[in-house]
Amino acid sequence: MGVAKYVKNEKDEILDVILQSGIHIKPVYTQGDLEEVGFDPAKDLAYPGEYPFTRGIHPMGYRSREWTTRQYTGFGAPEETNERFKLMISHGQTGLNVAFDLPTQMGLDSDDPLAEGEVGRVGMAVDSLRDFEVAFKDIPLDRIGVGLTINAVASIMLAMFQATAEKFGFKKERVSATPQNDILKEMIGRGAWIFPVRPAVRLIGDTIEYSMKELPRTNPVSVCGYHIRESGCSPVQEIAYAIQIANTYIEEVLRRGHAVDDFVRSFTFNINVFGNLWEQTAKFRAARKLWAINLKDRYGARDNRSLLLRGIFGGGGYGMTKAQPENNIIRGAYYALAAALGGAQTTALCSFDEAYTIPTPKAALLSLRTFQILMEEMGLRDTVDPLAGSYFIETLTKQMEERIVEEMKRVDEMGGMIKAVETGYVQREVARQAYEFEKGVQKGELIKVGVNKYTEGEEMEVELHEYRLESAKQQIRRTKEVRRERDNRKVTERLKDLEHAAKTEKNVMPCLLECCKAYATVGEMTKVFKDVYGEFKEPSIF
Amino acid sequence: MEKKIRILVAKPGLDGHDRGAKVVAQALRDAGMEVIYTGLHQTVDQIIHTAIQEDVDVIGLSIMSGAHLPICEKLTKKMKEMKIDDVLLAVGGVIPKRDIPLLQNIGIHGIFPGGTPFDESIRWIKENIKPRS
Repeated sequence: MGVAKYVKNEKDEILDVILQSGIHIKPVYTQGDLEEVGFDPAKDLAYPGEYPFTRGIHPMGYRSREWTTRQYTGFGAPEETNERFKLMISHGQTGLNVAFDLPTQMGLDSDDPLAEGEVGRVGMAVDSLRDFEVAFKDIPLDRIGVGLTINAVASIMLAMFQATAEKFGFKKERVSATPQNDILKEMIGRGAWIFPVRPAVRLIGDTIEYSMKELPRTNPVSVCGYHIRESGCSPVQEIAYAIQIANTYIEEVLRRGHAVDDFVRSFTFNINVFGNLWEQTAKFRAARKLWAINLKDRYGARDNRSLLLRGIFGGGGYGMTKAQPENNIIRGAYYALAAALGGAQTTALCSFDEAYTIPTPKAALLSLRTFQILMEEMGLRDTVDPLAGSYFIETLTKQMEERIVEEMKRVDEMGGMIKAVETGYVQREVARQAYEFEKGVQKGELIKVGVNKYTEGEEMEVELHEYRLESAKQQIRRTKEVRRERDNRKVTERLKDLEHAAKTEKNVMPCLLECCKAYATVGEMTKVFKDVYGEFKEPSIF
Repeated sequence: MEKKIRILVAKPGLDGHDRGAKVVAQALRDAGMEVIYTGLHQTVDQIIHTAIQEDVDVIGLSIMSGAHLPICEKLTKKMKEMKIDDVLLAVGGVIPKRDIPLLQNIGIHGIFPGGTPFDESIRWIKENIKPRS
């Protein structure tokens, strides 16, 4: 929403600008500011593709490769999702990003009573391998990377993806999946959690460990500062929490005796783009640098590939408004510009109608065109890190960096991210800021065009994506059919094996793969975990 | 001293987007109400149970998933069954304009789509609260 507080005099001249991260912006920046923050071009910048990667992870930036665009897609029945995938690929989209419905995210089958009214509503319903077979039919999985927006049951869905790829004859070494698989941020911000913190982190450890050998092109975890920012935190906290969450997963794998250089390069990040253009650009640059330093100094990583902050910079959902929704098309274009100036490797945008519903095809296509215009018309591919060396941007990048480090320290002092989430510290912090922010908007201290300024005009109604009861019914029919036709004795045996692995320290992934191949359902596999691990209880934060 | 208004802020269904619910909970508290927050993933039965246990005057639902119609229908029916339909009911979240009359038909009159100013919902609650025994 609003991007900064502005202190003005009666003549509307700006006296001070305070960014959400608390940094005051000066009217003019000079060499003196760089000196004051201790900016050292050799240490702080170097060249693109060189440590500390402030300028980007590729030496040639977008010259060597345009960004990957990955709009969030998936709704209703797997058949419809399959059609939409093909449509987006035919329009030039280079990766897929699968949205799952809430029952699937919560590990419930479509015919579970708790799933009623939610099947296929905010994404695709997946109960068994049969659904993935339909959704990924005729998709070249050896060429198109697939993001899976799933967390609590990410281990199950990754096994499901591998089973699908194998079924279609793609070698597991060739396919690339990016399950979101970041449960700590679900507990802080997005709410799709099932199991308690510690077993949930263990499952993430299992997917990372398994992918090292079995799925080398897969990025088993995508750490999401994104949703924490959506929930209310500042850009500084977004990066601090994201790095600390990643550290938790790193430590879970180190504990098992692996070396950091053997797995951490498969980590990716999901970072938000809404906010003040300069603050965002500086944030991406500072994040890349701090991730590299974190890996080197805290974990002793030696391989350069371990130090690269890769991922998606995009979305911007909370910046979009329900009022005057078409303004979101313009906002999206500027958010994409911030991502490009920040050197985003992959991007996606919330569509202009997302405050109302999951994106219509027209809205999703508009986002894709926004990226294409930036890259192919506006000159964003011309030179790498075009803002480097700017008095202002370099000062701001250093200031962001300092504050991120401070916030990371606060989490360390608390005993790490697991503790900070179990006690509700981060949730409380995020909720408090969300409230302060909302008050700022309602008082008009933070400007939002169409919301608290320039509000004239009728609010328009956008074209909605209809909920289709018939697709939900069809989904339930298919799952019932799968349960009838599969070898149920085999399913029971596979689920028993899974239970055994879950109770011991054995990696659950091979058992999950066998369960998926036997057409065990997501609900059945989740139930095994629930019986063994129990369920997460939210700490009280008020 | 006037009795404080007791309100249950509830997140029904599977949706986990609770920024709105938590923000509104803080605003209601600052307005002098006693706020009980259910936490996520509540069934209609759980919400009714908590409402009775906590003896609340108001239930405020926050729904972002688009499932507001089936959830509200179920809740109002159950409230009648359990004879707590004197409790004031409000709903907020992602609510398209055209669904407002449908919600009113179910008997819900406090409808606050995302972005509603705090003052507006607070005033509505204060004006519509029914005297309870």
